[in-house]
Amino acid sequence: MMIPVLLGVLFIVFLIIEITPGDPAAIMLGEGARQEDIENLREKLGLNEPFLIRFVNYVKGVVTRFDLGISYNTKRAVSTEILQRFPKTALLALLSSIISAVLGITLGIISAIRQYTIFDNLATALALFGVSIPNFWQGLMSIIIFSIWLGWLPASGSYGPEYWVLPALTLGTSTTAIIMRMTRSSMLEVIRQDYIRTARAKGLSERVVIVKHALKNALIPIVTVIGIQFGGLLEGSVLVETVFAIPGLGKYMIDAIRQRDFPVVQGGVLFLAFAFSFVNLIVDIIYSYIDPRIKSQYKRDKKEKSDSNKNKKEVAYE
Amino acid sequence: MSNAKKKTGLWLDVWKRFKKNRMAMFGLITIILLSICAIFADYIAPYGYDDQDLSRSFLLPCKEHIFGTDNFGRDIFSRIIYGSRISLTVGFFAVGFAIVVGGILGAIAAFYGGKTDNIIMRAMDILLAIPGMLLAIALAAALGPGLRNMMIAIGVGSIPRYARVVRASVLTVREEEFVEAAISIGASDARIIFSHIIPNAMAPIIVQATLGVASSILATATLSFLGLGIQPPIPEWGAMLSSARQYIRDYWHLTTFPGLMIMITVYALNVLGDGLRDALDPRLKN
Repeated sequence: MMIPVLLGVLFIVFLIIEITPGDPAAIMLGEGARQEDIENLREKLGLNEPFLIRFVNYVKGVVTRFDLGISYNTKRAVSTEILQRFPKTALLALLSSIISAVLGITLGIISAIRQYTIFDNLATALALFGVSIPNFWQGLMSIIIFSIWLGWLPASGSYGPEYWVLPALTLGTSTTAIIMRMTRSSMLEVIRQDYIRTARAKGLSERVVIVKHALKNALIPIVTVIGIQFGGLLEGSVLVETVFAIPGLGKYMIDAIRQRDFPVVQGGVLFLAFAFSFVNLIVDIIYSYIDPRIKSQYKRDKKEKSDSNKNKKEVAYE
Repeated sequence: MSNAKKKTGLWLDVWKRFKKNRMAMFGLITIILLSICAIFADYIAPYGYDDQDLSRSFLLPCKEHIFGTDNFGRDIFSRIIYGSRISLTVGFFAVGFAIVVGGILGAIAAFYGGKTDNIIMRAMDILLAIPGMLLAIALAAALGPGLRNMMIAIGVGSIPRYARVVRASVLTVREEEFVEAAISIGASDARIIFSHIIPNAMAPIIVQATLGVASSILATATLSFLGLGIQPPIPEWGAMLSSARQYIRDYWHLTTFPGLMIMITVYALNVLGDGLRDALDPRLKN
């Protein structure tokens, strides 16, 4: 299922390249290039072939050689440039997802076991603000407050651990809020189940009841959300890197937009879309470890498999 | 005519439930106020959006300029008021475009089923596999700046969401008896879809659309912030933030107010959407 989807993604990205105005050969040679040279380069790049053949060649290039084209600007392969910068982006997304998972799950649990108290109401209201705040603005404001006014943390660049604090927190805010909301509703549902009452009745401590019995059963939708959000974090890093001047893939893409360096933009989109699908695949695999029921469903009946898939997707879109 | 009476009864119920929700009412009132600002910007804004006065640049908030002035001495409050036009227009039209296209695709997929359904929904899966903001960035870069292009760039990414919602609700409504009745009297497919199925599948679409406008407004600001959306001097909240970045070290007010407006708007739409969901489907509450 993943391969046709990725092929489709390739097709869409290719289409976007097609509708982009301007002749790549002319742009690469720069202004004042001779018509002959442009023609020659067009021939060399295969731009004179029909649409479908070019698409097939493009797919072949991407699949066999990981060829995403050549940057107009630096004349280097887009794929090498992307791979050079991606680790920073991945690290930022990973840091943010760890922070927001820890914060979100903790706050969500507390909110759920203290439902309708001041803490719960405050946390729920704040969570909605967390979803509504544009992360680039939050980044700018935290630079004003924590770097310029208070002078606690550096405003931009990436030279040491202290440079990651503001970006990771900024990027993680909306994810924290989403995870918190999901944890809260999922825990609320589980806490009312009979087996929780049983666990309490047999005299287990509240800690054990909540962590071992409730949280474990509430975890599946939470993991789904974390997985989906990780893709979103990769995406969000595009902006956060721009605001904090972190030399990752996101900033590279945005700089490329400013310079009209389209192969870089499209290569980046393609790469991130692949990463996004890959993360979703991993989340699917993790499910079966957390919830043995899903694994047995896969084994039992193929028809039911598609049903459980649908259910999962519905959970994911809550 | 009993049909019409029943309909108003349903919406009255929804309104009664909605009114009780204080947060949702706050959201609704905020959005109405914002729309008024956008429509009557010429009368509400104390200054024009491009009235420059270099001798009065970088003023901090004061009596004449409640949000201060920017690097050209333009009144930030007026620019924010005018900026609501762009944000709301793009927000609503991008979602409208996505609903029309997605809705038609979803309805067709659900109504015909089988192969048609499969092809349409797989195409939607592909669109969903590309992260929305990135798709919008790539499209906006390819189409070039401008209001219409921005609406398309933002709308395309949310087509699958509406296709899915519409498909799911049509699938449930399709089995109802009134659809069977319509088929039995020989109504055409289009008639059945548009006048029987869609009106009865509206609730989830309305909720999804409200939340969709919120994310479209965020996306509008993001694209403009990146320099892909509205070009200066037309005021747009994201574009204002983008130019404020240069002066961030010295003038906090340039950055603070446009962003605050984005947040309030998005927040209002989010609580409105949540409130609508609770009001339209009371079973979902708790």
